[in-house]
Amino acid sequence: MAFEALDFYRIDDELSEDARIVRDTVREFVDKEFLPLVVEHVRRDGSFPMELVPKMAELGLFGSNLHGYGCAGLDNVAYGLIQQELERGDSGLRSFSSVQSGLCMYPIYTYGTDKQKDRWLPGMAAGEVIGCFGLTEPDFGSDPGGMLSRAEKRGNAWILNGTKRWITNGTVSDIAIVWAQTDDGIQGFIVEKDFAGFEARDMKGKFSLRASITSELFMSDVEVPEENRLPGVKGLKGPLGCLNQARYGIAWGAIGAAQACFDEALQYSKERMIMKRPLASLQIPQQKLVKMATEITKAQLLCLRLAKLKDEGNLRHPMVSMAKMNNVDMALNVARDARDMLGANGIVDDYCSMRHMVNLETVRTYEGTHDIHTLILGRDLTGLDAFGG
Amino acid sequence: MKILVCLKQVPHKDARLEASGGWIDEGGIKFEINQYDTYALEEALRIKDAGEAEVVVATIGPDRTSQALRTALGMGADRAIQIWDDSLSGADSLTIAKLLAAAAKDESFDLVLMGLMSDDANNSLTGPMLAELLGLPHTTGAMKIELSDGKAQVERELEGGSLQVVDLPLPCLITVQTGLNEVRYASLKGIMQAKKKPLDKKGISDLGLDAAAVASKVTVDKLYVPTKGEGAEILEGSAGEVAQQLVGKIKELGLL
Repeated sequence: MAFEALDFYRIDDELSEDARIVRDTVREFVDKEFLPLVVEHVRRDGSFPMELVPKMAELGLFGSNLHGYGCAGLDNVAYGLIQQELERGDSGLRSFSSVQSGLCMYPIYTYGTDKQKDRWLPGMAAGEVIGCFGLTEPDFGSDPGGMLSRAEKRGNAWILNGTKRWITNGTVSDIAIVWAQTDDGIQGFIVEKDFAGFEARDMKGKFSLRASITSELFMSDVEVPEENRLPGVKGLKGPLGCLNQARYGIAWGAIGAAQACFDEALQYSKERMIMKRPLASLQIPQQKLVKMATEITKAQLLCLRLAKLKDEGNLRHPMVSMAKMNNVDMALNVARDARDMLGANGIVDDYCSMRHMVNLETVRTYEGTHDIHTLILGRDLTGLDAFGG
Repeated sequence: MKILVCLKQVPHKDARLEASGGWIDEGGIKFEINQYDTYALEEALRIKDAGEAEVVVATIGPDRTSQALRTALGMGADRAIQIWDDSLSGADSLTIAKLLAAAAKDESFDLVLMGLMSDDANNSLTGPMLAELLGLPHTTGAMKIELSDGKAQVERELEGGSLQVVDLPLPCLITVQTGLNEVRYASLKGIMQAKKKPLDKKGISDLGLDAAAVASKVTVDKLYVPTKGEGAEILEGSAGEVAQQLVGKIKELGLL
């Protein structure tokens, strides 16, 4: 059976015509081009169907909410709907696009010089240059300000040392946006893969996000020219500004993953017979389906409002935290219930719910963990900082 | 080269449909461009990519159909014509063909392309009727179209899988089969640019017609899903038992 998206509150009626066209186009792309490939890549432990990159670029998925440089200039509703549809395919697909667009193109676009923008953005929009984002380190995740990576100014260049871990697309990237301590606070650098002393290695053995490449970046006395420093920002607000973009996309993406699981559980339970009646005719499965549909609908409304706030310029970052925190938690619960309703069939890769379920464990952790977003919101509501340290 | 592509917006292939009067309840369901027509559009866009051509898309339908036209513009069509009047709800094929003919008659199109049939009504009538009204030669079910020296060479599919090759002088009308090309996606940039491309909305009188001229002659009495059960017998038991019973039935009915 083909996927049917839940739209219980007719949210479609709230969307502009071009947002609907964008959403339907990406949905069709995911159905036809990505989903036939996903299981093969999941089985290969950390690989992405790189052959899709030119097609994703042709569609205009990279930097789709940026203006100029070959980007589509979409509003934030359409941009969000794209992330929803990509993650309906797999969190790995959405991650690929999020990292390229929100974590790599966005900082060059926002903090970069005109020369940097002209040099990198057209190629990145065209999928000819792939980028990754180096913030997290082996010992510094939720407290990135403690990072050990350091850049020292020497003449007209910077000497960069450090290690970054959990870096999506590291080994397939042409450039890395690396954040490092300097005498002037944390700054961002565009590190090119051919720079001497730079190395990326794949990380294997992941239970989660298996259709995605995760890497470590090693920098040993890498000489980065001054012209590759992002001059527009200093301090943690640089990388956090990028993460805010990516978190916004995740809040939408989680809806897509939940939709895929809900639809699978609904269709399965209507067809699966137990005690000579459909599973869906029993009260406990119905309760699960109702809970899923209600939570998905609430998440949709949250995102739609968030998108409008973003387009109006009235977005505050704790609002994004609330949507990321709520929607990923929602999606993980939906995926677990869906997996449960599929019984033994739910543990094999003929079905998507468990794949989404284990992916969402990563999504719950990255781009600000669930608990960190709770603390961000706690601080925002009370005015009191509970982060410790 | 000026090409008209006629397309229809039909219920999405996965939409859950409920019969309502002579048609379906259209509330809350998704629509898409008729699959056959997407191949016609792609063929027109390929002709445009290979040389110079203006591609015009036209449809007959209410407000919701502008999404189909904008999608076509996002794929690369140059302008769109949307024809509608509430009295046209449930219009028959001849009415549709008359409206399209009126919209096309002053445009001197070199080529008119459309799907062989619509995924919802399955009539396969609009193309040939439109060709007759415009006085154009036509052929149906194209699997391949080649244009050269003012003519179109068309490979068309016949029953049993054989192919027939026909030549038509331009201007002409061709209806296409699914699968004659690989249909592109609208690009996100194209979708944004499509907002600036012209989409003309026309009513019946804008086309120089009146209600009587486009009154449908065919009326639909009823649309329904046949009830299940009559004439069917469900065999019960294990796979082996069911197979034995089935063999018995086949022999009993003298089917072998």
